[in-house]
Amino acid sequence: MASHAKQRLVVVGNGMAPGRALERLFETAPDAYEVTIFNAEPRVNYDRIMLSPVLSGDKSFEEIVIHGDGWYVKHGVTLYKGAKVTKIDREARTVTAEFVPSRSGQPSLQPPVTVPYDKLIVATGSNPIIIPVPGHDLPGVLSYRDLDDVEAMLLAAKSRGKAVVIGGGLLGLEAAAGLQAQGMDVTVVHLMPTLMERQLDPAAGHLLQRAIEARGIKVLTRANTKAIVGKGRVEGVDLDNGTHLPADLVVMAVGIRPNMQVAKEAGITVNRGIVVDAMMRTSDPDIFALGECAEADGQVFGLVAPLYEMANIVACQLVGDATASFKSSATATKLKVTGINLYSAGDFAEAKDREEIVLRDATRGVYRRLVLKDNRIIGAVMYGDTSDGPWFFDMLKRGTDVADMRETLIFGQNYAGGIPLDPAAAVAALPDDAEICGCNGVCKGKITGAIAGLGLKSLDEVRAHTKASASCGSCTGLVEQLLKAQLGDTYNPAAVQPMCGCTDLGHDDVRRLIVAKELRSIPQLMQELEWKTSCGCAKCRPALNYYMICSWPGEYVDDSQSRFINERVHANIQKDGTYSVVPRMWGGQTSAKELRAIADIVDKYKIPTVKVTGGQRIDMLGVAKEDLPGVWADLSAAGMVSGHAYAKGLRTVKTCVGTDWCRFGTQDSTGLGVKLEKFMWGSWTPAKVKLAVSGCPRNCAEATCKDIGVICIESGYDIHFAGAAGLEIKGTELLGHVATEEETIEAIGALTQLYREQGRYLERIYKWAKRVGLETIRQQIMEDGERRRALYDRFVFSQQFAQNDPWAERANGKDAHEFTPVADLTLREAAE
Amino acid sequence: MSSMESPWIEVCPIDSIPLRGCRVVRTRHMQIALFRTASDEVFALENRCPHKNGPLSEGIVHDRKVTCPLHNWVISLESGEATGADKGCTRSFPVRLDKGHVYLEASVATAP
Repeated sequence: MASHAKQRLVVVGNGMAPGRALERLFETAPDAYEVTIFNAEPRVNYDRIMLSPVLSGDKSFEEIVIHGDGWYVKHGVTLYKGAKVTKIDREARTVTAEFVPSRSGQPSLQPPVTVPYDKLIVATGSNPIIIPVPGHDLPGVLSYRDLDDVEAMLLAAKSRGKAVVIGGGLLGLEAAAGLQAQGMDVTVVHLMPTLMERQLDPAAGHLLQRAIEARGIKVLTRANTKAIVGKGRVEGVDLDNGTHLPADLVVMAVGIRPNMQVAKEAGITVNRGIVVDAMMRTSDPDIFALGECAEADGQVFGLVAPLYEMANIVACQLVGDATASFKSSATATKLKVTGINLYSAGDFAEAKDREEIVLRDATRGVYRRLVLKDNRIIGAVMYGDTSDGPWFFDMLKRGTDVADMRETLIFGQNYAGGIPLDPAAAVAALPDDAEICGCNGVCKGKITGAIAGLGLKSLDEVRAHTKASASCGSCTGLVEQLLKAQLGDTYNPAAVQPMCGCTDLGHDDVRRLIVAKELRSIPQLMQELEWKTSCGCAKCRPALNYYMICSWPGEYVDDSQSRFINERVHANIQKDGTYSVVPRMWGGQTSAKELRAIADIVDKYKIPTVKVTGGQRIDMLGVAKEDLPGVWADLSAAGMVSGHAYAKGLRTVKTCVGTDWCRFGTQDSTGLGVKLEKFMWGSWTPAKVKLAVSGCPRNCAEATCKDIGVICIESGYDIHFAGAAGLEIKGTELLGHVATEEETIEAIGALTQLYREQGRYLERIYKWAKRVGLETIRQQIMEDGERRRALYDRFVFSQQFAQNDPWAERANGKDAHEFTPVADLTLREAAE
Repeated sequence: MSSMESPWIEVCPIDSIPLRGCRVVRTRHMQIALFRTASDEVFALENRCPHKNGPLSEGIVHDRKVTCPLHNWVISLESGEATGADKGCTRSFPVRLDKGHVYLEASVATAP
């Protein structure tokens, strides 16, 4: 009934657990609640498990977003970003949130909001434990909890200095590996005798330590931190054995503690966490708690699988389904550090009534230990080859009697019960209810059912439809084997859009690896990333050449043989093999002198066609290749430079006449256009970039279908971007409003640089924006002043190497071989 | 032309062709594109793509192939044949390399 108001559901916290609960709720009852979410972090819901790959540079933030802005809009959810709930009033049934200060410390101007609820979910997560040693509050001491921490670490890592990670558990080791990948000199300080002692037995802990040390990370065990020292900011760590470790960055990763303050203040029962029953209800029946802040069955949880189980139960409760209830069960852990395979599950402490089976193969670096009780597996630790982990874990959870297969059990599934030695066959032999994805609780039957029922063909599709391997990704191999088993040869594991046939890596992976592995030339990249061809192809080489130019400005030497012909000879090839020549006309302005020079050149070189382009300049078509240097020399002499009409780079800046002449003009649009063009010419970008500046909203320069457009208004400048008027037609999106020309130029420089760094080769701005999200771009350019300034500075830096007129260079003899035949045999017969 | 004279004519030093690049040789009736691969092999093809006569000399050279700049046909430098799904063939000519110099058969100068 339309008059019947929907129930109001308020969620405190926007992490993975409440995100999952809402997903489940919207699946079963999309219209039951009007939902409001408060997120103390200024962003959408993302996959916290994947912060380590972001830190190491293997993934970008955009790739770990679970719910983009569109998801909230689609489901009618009101999301308050950067709003921390400070009060739950159970009498009035309202929550109140205050907006958190920006990172630069600016207090928020937004007043607190109070929202009423019918049902409330508290999902405040946990806080990192900070050991209260002297100096723990010095600048440069970080925790490892959210994206802000990762960004702060990435910033600190730029120094290439020394980092000390306190804590040798899962998070600490992932942080250490990430910081080392970013070029820091890292030492791990761990209180206990062996690493990850909560998940690993001492033997596996030692193997792990050896592998970590082999990567160049120093490990100190039995090391107790006495103080963090430094004047004004961190300079080092003192251990209680007298050791002093110099450090530019200290990361504390010693554990987490449920964040229950706001619940406690509201009078809700708390213990180690917020106490909930098996239905996830707190002591107030209208308030649920879930995630790391909740204590269920006397325990608090930090791994994702039980948290997702909690989420399902809350979703069921919200629609009146009381059948599901929470049972804590064993969980499995995998370390997410590339090249280190580690798996642990269950309980592996030694005790009288327990037996163990151990397999060691030192040369292959393999260690396996199974702990049995009454012929049932109760614990498993694996190092090196972890492929049988899920199989052991499955038996552990089922309590399978292993008496019959004890002799070969430790060798894994391939040796048990005569199953053939093919890993795909081993996965195929798993029962339908065997769990494949522990994070999301997806069993084999659900995956194979979806592959068959929905006709899924790629890993991404399986992730989208079933969520299997969509969280930590450690079961990716198993999911791929299921795809392979079901689709046979039609399954192409590289359905992740590789750059080209020369590699299985996608554009984004390659770009990140260029930076992370400091690949500085195309041959080095092809060697390190195991290119399948000897020297690439016409698709990947131009892309790689651009990525190198963008990543190493001033350092990388352009490889002209990896350029498409137009960029190699700085003119546009036409269908008959002749070229067209377009000189730059700044902001579309020209002069009698320039026009006279062009007329003379057209006569001198008998250029057949002269045409005015859509970008407000003049095109001379049909120039023979040999004539290009002569044409350019004459244009140079008249003061004209290349218009880069052939480049994946800045093309034109179209303008109207603005306040100079127009009775409607509000600002000097021509002047701004000329400034922008003089600032940006010569820059290389993933695809072409066209600008326009209109002097008033009548928009005579058609700025709202350009890659970047400016509309002048009385109060300043509206900056637009992501328009298209080619194969696709699309109006621009508003980036933001600024008051001055200087701010306009800074924002556009920063936007262009962000696009240069993130765009895939040949991807226009509108496609890039659609892929990464308009809001994240707006946030980085318009709201985050520091980020904008840094991007702008990088653009300015790279421009100093880019702004050389290629025509003048070639008129003076550069690349002369491009324009002349190597030999002329036409007179050969006569000579003999 | 005496019978003692070599049927090969010296065209240019190999170093005048860029690595993974190409230079053009003019003959009486056509242009010949001389390609130099990453591993210093040299191949000669008529400078016309079998598709729409695009100048193969302007294409990107990779392995023993060149991608035509007009419509991205990939042509084998060894045979002149289009590769992949495309069908067509451009003329190829024998090349000899000797002490860093590139030689073509004398007959190509006047070949129709």
